[in-house]
Amino acid sequence: MILLYIAGALSISVLMFLNRNRNTGRILIAVFILLQWLFTVYTLLNRNVSQFSFFFSDALSIITLLVLSIISVPALLHSYDYIYGEHDNPRTRGLYYGAMMVLIMALTAAYLSSHIAVTWIFVEITTLSASALIFHRRKAGSIEATWKYIFVCSVSLTLVFIGIIFLSIALGNVNETNLQYTRLIEVAPKLDVFWLKLSFLFIFTGYTAKIGLVPMFTAGIDAKDKAPTPCAALFSSVLLNVGFVGIFRFYTIVAHTSVHSWANLIIITAAFLSIFVATVYMFRLKNIKRMLAYSSIEHMGILMIGLAAGGIGYYAAILHLVLHSFAKSSMFLQIGHMYKTYNSKEINDIGNYYHYNTAGGVLLIFSFIAITAVPPSGLFVSELYIFKSLLTGGYLYILIPLLILLTMIIWAMGSGIFKMLFVPVGEEKTANTEPVNNLEMMLQYLLLAVVFYLGLNPPAGFVALINEAVSVLTI
Amino acid sequence: MTKIILILFIITLLYFAIANRLMTYVKILALQGILLFGIAFIELIEINIVNLVLILLETVVVKAIAIPVFLRYIIRKNEITREAEPFLPNSVSLIIVTVIIVATFIISNAVNSFHIPKIYFVSALSALFCGLYFIISRRKIITHVICYVIIENGVFILSFAMGNEMPLLVNLGVLLDVFVSVFLLGIFINKVGDVASDIDVSQLSSLKD
Repeated sequence: MILLYIAGALSISVLMFLNRNRNTGRILIAVFILLQWLFTVYTLLNRNVSQFSFFFSDALSIITLLVLSIISVPALLHSYDYIYGEHDNPRTRGLYYGAMMVLIMALTAAYLSSHIAVTWIFVEITTLSASALIFHRRKAGSIEATWKYIFVCSVSLTLVFIGIIFLSIALGNVNETNLQYTRLIEVAPKLDVFWLKLSFLFIFTGYTAKIGLVPMFTAGIDAKDKAPTPCAALFSSVLLNVGFVGIFRFYTIVAHTSVHSWANLIIITAAFLSIFVATVYMFRLKNIKRMLAYSSIEHMGILMIGLAAGGIGYYAAILHLVLHSFAKSSMFLQIGHMYKTYNSKEINDIGNYYHYNTAGGVLLIFSFIAITAVPPSGLFVSELYIFKSLLTGGYLYILIPLLILLTMIIWAMGSGIFKMLFVPVGEEKTANTEPVNNLEMMLQYLLLAVVFYLGLNPPAGFVALINEAVSVLTI
Repeated sequence: MTKIILILFIITLLYFAIANRLMTYVKILALQGILLFGIAFIELIEINIVNLVLILLETVVVKAIAIPVFLRYIIRKNEITREAEPFLPNSVSLIIVTVIIVATFIISNAVNSFHIPKIYFVSALSALFCGLYFIISRRKIITHVICYVIIENGVFILSFAMGNEMPLLVNLGVLLDVFVSVFLLGIFINKVGDVASDIDVSQLSSLKD
């Protein structure tokens, strides 16, 4: 089935790339969404089944796949308005949609893959397709962002590859040549400790380019800034998740060995530094898209700290991942409307947005509450669990500076966002006040509603899925 | 025999440090491709014949011919000045590269593993670190691509060391190569080259916080 899906998605994207007709394009997009959902439902019905021996539908892949399939619908529909509203030429339009479909396909396959090398291959494909999306505008800024993204990501993925080779050296003791995750977890206690440590360092560093942590976070920031907003919504949610999946899968192997606590130390250091860097930049930023990109880095840092702290932190990390994806993508999609209204991303050029677009303004207030984890938000619940895991794990010296940094981030983000909402710009700029598409607004509200719903009243099936996903760490 | 080839490979890194012209860099890449072909031919004799032929073809066709020709084409077409314009003088580069190689020797002696021959480890790690150093110290964007290919060649050598047990890894290295080719093709087709390959890195610094 997965092969059918990959072949189908690739052929649709090739057709999209070749297609020059508007209506055919619309049909192709609809067919792609249908295919994506058919595959998602199929995977949901066939849980814990191995497909084509390289893919396995375990709990984590189902969670991330569901998040991807949900977010891809508004992303594709928003792009629709974005592309067709601006009279782009058919060629760039075809390239844009084709690349986005390949990106979604590669993410799906990377989530589901049960082999460390297959994950790597599909993550590499996401780099290629994402850079085509960043390049969409073909201006000096987007060329620079594309170049940086493709270069940093390729070097990082080369590091991941070196990590895989080191892992295979670590396997030398056990005469095992199978790199399936389940098999690796079984032989984990017998792995050579030195090579395993080296391998963890390289793989973790490599995937930080995707998840957006120190040291390789820089490329993702420029990418989210320069890519069209629907793409930025994907980059800041599902593309980060693929980095998390890559690290998490390897972490499950490490968790069964004696280097577990050493790996935790590495993760906590990188994650804490990420939050620190995000806080520092938040105060200096004048560009709303970059501010949101740094906010993603902060959230990834928080959830990785939860993962390293252990206990209930495992559960909270995955909950946080899911909720952050919905909240951040909804916010990015709304920023797209804002950009259309003011034709600027600079906070200083934007003002009184509430007056021009009340529905959008209300959405921004709610998404601000959601993203900064103020109580009714679902992210509050997951962050609370993470703080609890830090307390019980004896990481008080991390928790206190973390809380201070998070408070500073709330202040920095709040001052930016409320300035854009309510403070008029000095000289009244000509704002484009054409009414926004109601369907798009509704989709954004729905995404945001999911954040509140899943956080406050998580369905039993969802909780069970997360518990199943983290159970591999503790068995 | 492999040892001689690997030592030659390390010498190419030293030569890269003192070379001045872009075309020399491209020729070094072609030479490295041929050296990799030699190692693959000698080392991977145990694996499946079809796979071996594929890998050999890949090293010759892609690494030794296609990528260098392509780079040369980009350099000619965009009329990139032939000097490499490093930030540091060549003598300093030479010293740094030597230090890197000596350091990897010392590291590999400390590692003490039976699973991987030391010389592979040394040449791969030196290629990785030298490549990173060259990226930092060169001004032009096209040299960054060249240095990335050097890093990748180093990784390829490392995968050869495990190649007989896990041919899969070598195939992944091949995939990495295909990735680079696509990436070069992208530069070429989308004419990023017109804008991006002639200018130096200092002009790519408008995106920052």
